[in-house]
Amino acid sequence: MIRLVGVSKVYASGDRPAVDGLSLDVAEGDIAVLVGPSGCGKTTTLKMINRLIEPSSGTIEVAGRDITSMSPSQLRRSIGYVIQQIGLFPHRTIAENIATVPRLLGWNAGRISRRVDELLEMVDLDLAMRTRYPAELSGGQRQRVGVARALAADPQVMLMDEPFGAVDPIARGRLQDLFLELQQRLRKTIVFVTHDIAEAIRLGDRIAILNVGGILEQYDTPADTLRQPANDFVVDFLGSERGLKRLSLLVIGTVPLEHGPVLAETATVDEARRVMADHGVDWIGVGGDGRLDGWVPAADLDGRHDLSGLSLRRFQSWLTVDASLIDALDVVVTSRTSVAAVFDGDRYLGMLTAEAIARAIVQ
Amino acid sequence: MNIDWEWIGTHFDDMWTATAEHLALTVLAVGVGLVVAMALSLVALRWRPAYAPITWFTGILYTIPSLALFTFFIPFFGLSLITAEIALVSYTLLILIRNIVAGIEGVPDAVVESARGMGMTERNLFLGVQLPLALPVIIAGIRIATVSTIGLVTVTALIGQGGYGVFILRGIRRQFFTETLTGTLLSVALAVVADLLLVAAERRATPWARRREAV
Repeated sequence: MIRLVGVSKVYASGDRPAVDGLSLDVAEGDIAVLVGPSGCGKTTTLKMINRLIEPSSGTIEVAGRDITSMSPSQLRRSIGYVIQQIGLFPHRTIAENIATVPRLLGWNAGRISRRVDELLEMVDLDLAMRTRYPAELSGGQRQRVGVARALAADPQVMLMDEPFGAVDPIARGRLQDLFLELQQRLRKTIVFVTHDIAEAIRLGDRIAILNVGGILEQYDTPADTLRQPANDFVVDFLGSERGLKRLSLLVIGTVPLEHGPVLAETATVDEARRVMADHGVDWIGVGGDGRLDGWVPAADLDGRHDLSGLSLRRFQSWLTVDASLIDALDVVVTSRTSVAAVFDGDRYLGMLTAEAIARAIVQ
Repeated sequence: MNIDWEWIGTHFDDMWTATAEHLALTVLAVGVGLVVAMALSLVALRWRPAYAPITWFTGILYTIPSLALFTFFIPFFGLSLITAEIALVSYTLLILIRNIVAGIEGVPDAVVESARGMGMTERNLFLGVQLPLALPVIIAGIRIATVSTIGLVTVTALIGQGGYGVFILRGIRRQFFTETLTGTLLSVALAVVADLLLVAAERRATPWARRREAV
C-alpha cells in the first residue's frame, strides 16, 4: 500500500543525510511503526509520504501511484494526518475541525454533519462537544478530535507522528486501546512514528527500527524483532526486559496448556490421589467435558469413595484465552497453586503453568 | 479662560460637519493603509528578506514630522485630499504591517502544519486559518493606527481638508479658547469612541477567545 524505494533526504545545512536510501513496504491494513532515537529521520520519513518534505532522491508510492503524480494538496486530502501537538484550529468548533477535509473535498452540509456525528461516536466523545472550541477540551479529548479529524474523509492511509506523546500515561494507555480497537474495525494502512519502543511493540504490526541518519536496522514484526534482534543497535534500543516485552505480545492461546489435575465427579478417590501425586499437588480439580466446577484440598477426600457431592471451592486464579502472557505470568506467580485455569468464555481449556510461560519466552 | 456656552450652543451644525469630515479622512486613511499594509505584509511573509527593508522604509515614513510630510506633497498635489491622505496613510503603514506580520507568524506551527497536512492550499490556509487567528493582533494594530490617525487629522485642517482641526486652528488664531477646546475634546472623544467600537468588533470576530475566558 505504501512503498518507499531508495528514499533519501539531504538538507543543505546538514553534513550527513537525514534519511539515507530507505526502502520500506507497508502492507494494506498494517500498522508500521517507525521508531528510533532522535535524529533517525523517522519524522522526516513520515512527512515525505505526504510531501510536507520532498525527498532528495528515491520514489514513494501510495496505493500504487507515485506521489509526485498528484498535487500535494490532492495527495494530502487522501491521507489522514495526526501530529503530536494535534494542531486543532482554535478558532473553529470541534465539528468544524472534524469537517476540515470533507469541506475541502466539497461534501454537502448534510453528509458532513452525519459524518461528524459518526466520528465523534467512533472516538468516544459526547455529541455535545460539537459546538465547543478546542480550548475547552482536555488534552486527551483534543487528541481524540485530532484522530477523528484525520479519519473524516475515510482515507485509506494514515500518518501519525507521536500522536499520543503529549498526553499523560493514563490517557495515553486509553488512547492506545481506542486506537487498536478502531484499527480492528477500520483496517487502515498506518505509518506511526514514536520514540517509545514500548508503544511500538504494543501498536505495531511491523516495527522499523531506524538509526541516526535514517538507516534502517531492522523491519520485522514486534515478536520477531524481540526474539531475533538484527544487531547490537537493535538489542540496545529494545532495552532490558526483552523477554518480558515479548510476553506482552503473546496471548495464552499460543501456548500449549496442560490438562492439569482435574477429574470428573465419577472418578474415585484412589484415582484422585494418584493424579495429585503425579502432579505433585495437594488439591484436585473437579469438572470435565469442557467444564471446571471447582477444586477441593486433598484433606476433604478422606473417608470418601469418589468425587461426587463434595463442596467445591472456586478457582481464584483464572484467565481468558486472549489474555497476554505477561498478565498470565502475573496471575500464575501470585496464585497459591502456581497454576491458572484458562477459559474461553465458559469453556475450560486447561491449566497454564510458569514452566509453559518460560518455554514461550525462549521459543 | 471662560467657556463661551453660547458659542457652543450655536455651533452644533459645524460640529457635526467637522465630525463627518474628520471621520471620513480617518476611515479613508486607515482603509487604504490596511490594503497597502496587507499587500506589503504578504510580500514580506512570502519572501522573508523583504521584511527588513519594508519596515525600514515605513519606519522612516513614520518618523517624518506630520507638518513636514504634508507640506512636502503640496507642490505635487496642492492643498488637496490626496496630499492629506498620502501623509495619513504613510503613518499607518508601519504599525499595520508589524501587527499583520506578527499576527500571522504568531499562529502556532502545529496549526499551520496540520492545515497543510490535511491538504489545504496556501490560499485556504491564509484566509481560513492564519488570517482569522491573527485577527486579534491585526485589530490591535488597527486600533493604534486609527487613534493616531484621528490625532493627525486635526493637522490636515492646515491644508484645507476640514475636520476638528478647523476649530483648533481658528480658536488659536482668534485667541478664542472655547473653540480650541471644543476641537480638542471632540478629537479625543472620537478617538475613544472609535477605539471602543474596534474593541467590540474584535470581540465579535473572535468568539473562540471569549469562550476560553469563560472556562
